[in-house]
Amino acid sequence: MSAAVETSAEPRTLPRPAWGRHLVAVAVLAVVLAFVPLVLAPAQQSVAVRVLIFAILSLGWNIMSGFGGMFSFGHAAYFGLGAYTSVWLLVEHDVSPWIGMLAGMVVAAAFAVVIGFLALRYRLKGAYFALSTFAFAEMLRLLALNSDFVNRAVGYNVPLRSEGSWAYMQFPPGSANYFWIALALTVIALVVTILFLRSKVGRFTIAVRDDEDAAAALGIPVMRTKLLTVALSGAMTSVAGTFYVQYYFFVDPDIAFGSSVSIQAILPAVIGGVGTIWGPVIGAAILGPLNDVTATLLRNPPPGLEFLQGRAGLDVIVYAVLLILIVLLLPQGVYGALRDRWQRR
Amino acid sequence: MTLLEVTNVSKSFRGLRAVDDVSFTVEEGSILGIIGPNGAGKTTLFNCVAGAVSPDTGRVHLGGTDLTGAAPHKVSRAGMARTFQLMKPFGSMSVLENVAVAAMAHGTPRRTATGTAADVVDRVGLGHWRDARSDGLPTAGLKRLELARALASRPRVLLLDEVLAGLLPAERAPVMELLETLRSEDGVTLVFVEHIMAAVMRLSDSVLVLEQGRVLTSGSPQEVTSDPRVIEAYLGEEPTGAGA
Repeated sequence: MSAAVETSAEPRTLPRPAWGRHLVAVAVLAVVLAFVPLVLAPAQQSVAVRVLIFAILSLGWNIMSGFGGMFSFGHAAYFGLGAYTSVWLLVEHDVSPWIGMLAGMVVAAAFAVVIGFLALRYRLKGAYFALSTFAFAEMLRLLALNSDFVNRAVGYNVPLRSEGSWAYMQFPPGSANYFWIALALTVIALVVTILFLRSKVGRFTIAVRDDEDAAAALGIPVMRTKLLTVALSGAMTSVAGTFYVQYYFFVDPDIAFGSSVSIQAILPAVIGGVGTIWGPVIGAAILGPLNDVTATLLRNPPPGLEFLQGRAGLDVIVYAVLLILIVLLLPQGVYGALRDRWQRR
Repeated sequence: MTLLEVTNVSKSFRGLRAVDDVSFTVEEGSILGIIGPNGAGKTTLFNCVAGAVSPDTGRVHLGGTDLTGAAPHKVSRAGMARTFQLMKPFGSMSVLENVAVAAMAHGTPRRTATGTAADVVDRVGLGHWRDARSDGLPTAGLKRLELARALASRPRVLLLDEVLAGLLPAERAPVMELLETLRSEDGVTLVFVEHIMAAVMRLSDSVLVLEQGRVLTSGSPQEVTSDPRVIEAYLGEEPTGAGA
């Protein structure tokens, strides 16, 4: 059968996936960003670290919700499990946070599989699925808030050491090591994302997202594919939690499991581009510095904006406006829009 | 040799008997056409056979293996592929990626899946559109994509749910030729639901007529189309012209 289908309007052509080029881009970015601490003042460096934490958090969210199509409003659960698992092991058993990080990934992945199984077994979809993820994160927050096992509302302080230690992921204030560790973790998260998308499971994940029934009919085990996706997503997000505690020396139930964490997992991806490799990173780079820009603006408003002096909440307003603008003007996010423009050339 | 054996399958939805005690067998390498008026239960029967829904009663065997109530992906892996009447592309992927995923789901390694997919895509006449985003294809392209994905899973039995519907008459001929080649060269057993009588008459070795969930009759295309009950129930007055 050779007769081609008659064409009226030509459908859009997609470029063949260029995984190698993405990996090269990650490598270039890693090398360039490695020099950042040499040029940034300590205050700016802490903003850069926050950007990277946002990026890891959102890269994790993007696996499950962007590529997997299962919208999570509860990624605080995985962030918090990563934070609490590692800090509990550190404080109670003097276990290195590096090992704590791995343990947190396992715990978060296991929790993701359990709640994923429950939500999917009962065929929760769309808003109901999102609400169930939110409920599980809240459940963990309340559990942490009410169990002596993890110090209730007090949470944990990371014990300070007299000198820097790689084994304990602790360095003198302002050390560039924090940035480099966060950068390395972000790079690993990006590489894992790319390798995942390229892999069989990754292709299955996209297929299941696009059409579950067709995927099943073609022999793809839908439930197993989804559970692998949520496990990877939870594990990746938990890394952000572990690093967060080591960087800020403190965690409590609200910081770990509060819904604002879940929102911070979603926003970078939405602004950068949901379901794109680079979206969360770009979104984090836009959102991360916003707090500081608005805070500076409120402290020393430029001429004409003096009424802003000493007000609070500008960052929230800017977030909201930015989000509305992105959703209206760039529904595919910043990266998605740029990519489309590039491809149309 | 009997490849597919469906025995006394029934399925109700909220008290409505969509499929009522249907049995049939399909010989290896043969083509069975299933016809019936709208609402006769053809798609529900397909769903029962392919595992998309479990039948309330009855059994489905493929080459001696009991697949009754098995999950769709297990039915697929056992060698039964299906297409959907309402096409279900993986919209964000290109045509080639759609087919490559199907090949991978059946054990083709990732590295060779694209090559395998390209052959299948060429075979169904979609070569020109292999890099097109699949949700931008017109109906004719989507029907062929359904077929291509099913073929990429190298099935023993292929269930086709109205692959010709929505195609222009000129577009049907090559698809029908392809189906004939599949049987003669690849030895694929075909079960197809179709409204277009010309296609049913030309392709089928035997025909099963459903009406209100039940088997009205079955037999060779000639026997079936000359059966007065069939003419009354489904074909109206002009058997060979209906729907074509």
